[in-house]
Amino acid sequence: MQSVVRTEQLTKDFLTGFWKPRPGRVLDAVSFDVPRGEVFGLLGPNGAGKTTTIKLLMDLLRPTQGRAEIFGRPVSDADVRQRVGFVPEQPYYYDHLSAEELVQYFAGLSGLSRVDAVARTAAVLTRTGVRDEDRRRPLRQFSKGMLQRVGLAQALVHDPELVVLDEPMSGLDPIGRRDVRQIIMQLRDEGRTVLFSSHILADAELLCSHVAILARGQVVALGKLTDLTAPAMHGSEVVVSNVNAEAAARIGAHAARVTEIADGRYCFELAPGERPEPVIAILAAAGATLVSVSPVRASLEDIFLEAIQ
Amino acid sequence: MSATRVQLVAWHVFKEGARDRVLFTMVGFAVLLFGASLLLGQLTAGQDLKIIKDLGLAVIEVSGVLMSVLIGVGLVAREIDKRSIYGLLARPLRRWEFILGKYVGLLMTLAANVAVMTVALYAVLAWMQWTATPAVRASWEAPALDPAMLVAVVLLMGELAVLTAVALFFSTFSSSALWSTLFSLGVFVAGQFSGQLRELATAVGSRAAGAVGTALGLILPAFGAFDVKSQVVHGLAIPLEFVGMTMAYAALYAAAVLTATIAVFNRRDFQ
Repeated sequence: MQSVVRTEQLTKDFLTGFWKPRPGRVLDAVSFDVPRGEVFGLLGPNGAGKTTTIKLLMDLLRPTQGRAEIFGRPVSDADVRQRVGFVPEQPYYYDHLSAEELVQYFAGLSGLSRVDAVARTAAVLTRTGVRDEDRRRPLRQFSKGMLQRVGLAQALVHDPELVVLDEPMSGLDPIGRRDVRQIIMQLRDEGRTVLFSSHILADAELLCSHVAILARGQVVALGKLTDLTAPAMHGSEVVVSNVNAEAAARIGAHAARVTEIADGRYCFELAPGERPEPVIAILAAAGATLVSVSPVRASLEDIFLEAIQ
Repeated sequence: MSATRVQLVAWHVFKEGARDRVLFTMVGFAVLLFGASLLLGQLTAGQDLKIIKDLGLAVIEVSGVLMSVLIGVGLVAREIDKRSIYGLLARPLRRWEFILGKYVGLLMTLAANVAVMTVALYAVLAWMQWTATPAVRASWEAPALDPAMLVAVVLLMGELAVLTAVALFFSTFSSSALWSTLFSLGVFVAGQFSGQLRELATAVGSRAAGAVGTALGLILPAFGAFDVKSQVVHGLAIPLEFVGMTMAYAALYAAAVLTATIAVFNRRDFQ
């Protein structure tokens, strides 16, 4: 599997203290690979080192130790950023410019000709949902959600193969979050690689195929989301209806927890290792109707909480 | 090097300056002062033209210096402070291209403003020429619309080119606009006396003080060399060779400061 982004033992110290500055380690030997065409989530609580990692990848910070590569080239190679789109956390853009002017300016910096910049700007502003009547207004009049849309437009204007988003859902309302999610899914469907940081696990669970969980500057969990959650099976859940009290009591011996939903409808939570077949056989014999049997996996939240503790 | 990227950054700085109300106000105020100098000239019999020229060139210089320092110190610091630099440097834009673009853009802004003020000054002088009697005109040491005034303006642009580089240098590593402004203005004022500093050794008789004075005199930009206002006002000729050498000095000094600026900026982390 080809890596689009690779970090090896990436470490960053910042000097802290006024009189006698001492190095404080904010990132400690972080190594991960982002596979081509996947959505990779960089997760972690506040202060875990997510933004520092992204800034190192964008060459906004220089590593104390270790190395980072994008498309097999060191991140210090400015040419590699021709293939990368980036939206920083809570972006600020020149408020005297209009959305159109800003995106065209950034398109030019990415090497697009004037004609191409104008055409691509119109296309990406449409794609990110910036309305025609808003495109020539100064950005100082834009809401946070609209600025995020403009931020996405500038990141996509040069048709990048890798899109890096730092906390893209932060501060957005539910509609804004949904729209950003949809754009990320579209980017994935187009075969682009997306690396985004977030502490909103529901979004990560919905979007990511791979994740790295950071805590206190270190990678504490890394891999495919399915691989991370599969080993942590939490038993299974059997939902049945038309269950009489006697059958319910008999099954209670097999179940870790029994919940009566309503009118003879029950949910039996079976402990890990307890197979559902004997329970289903008893219920069938008692004339109950099977509604569903579902394995209960650990959620990303379970993995996350376990990893950062 | 991509000239296009440098041009784009420069053009962006120029556009930002063109929309800056503070700059408009400053240039407007300067133009008003030229008008007011007409009144001042009425009060000084026989000296009116010299006063208008002297005051006019001084106003252009002060406005240019203030614009250069006040905009220059915020040019990079504001980008870092507001984090707009993240989006820029995430492009295939080298850090040195960014600095060079900012510098060229501010010089373009200054040149445009100085040009507007110069045209306004010449308009006032044209009015003087038109209204003066032949006897008054004959008493002038130099014609009202003396093209030599443009030499003073060219040298002023050389001075601003050096000062802008100095302001940009402070802007790259100081997080306080106030300190950057004070340092830049301090260099400007001290630079006016760089010639005297070099002669400190003979004046004070102390070798140590003389060495410090000489060193400072050599390091500080020789801003005094760019000031030819009094020669121009009195109609004295300014040798072309002097203008050429002074502008070459400005170019070399600005290039050296920009090189130091880029070296500092290249090492910076943007937290």
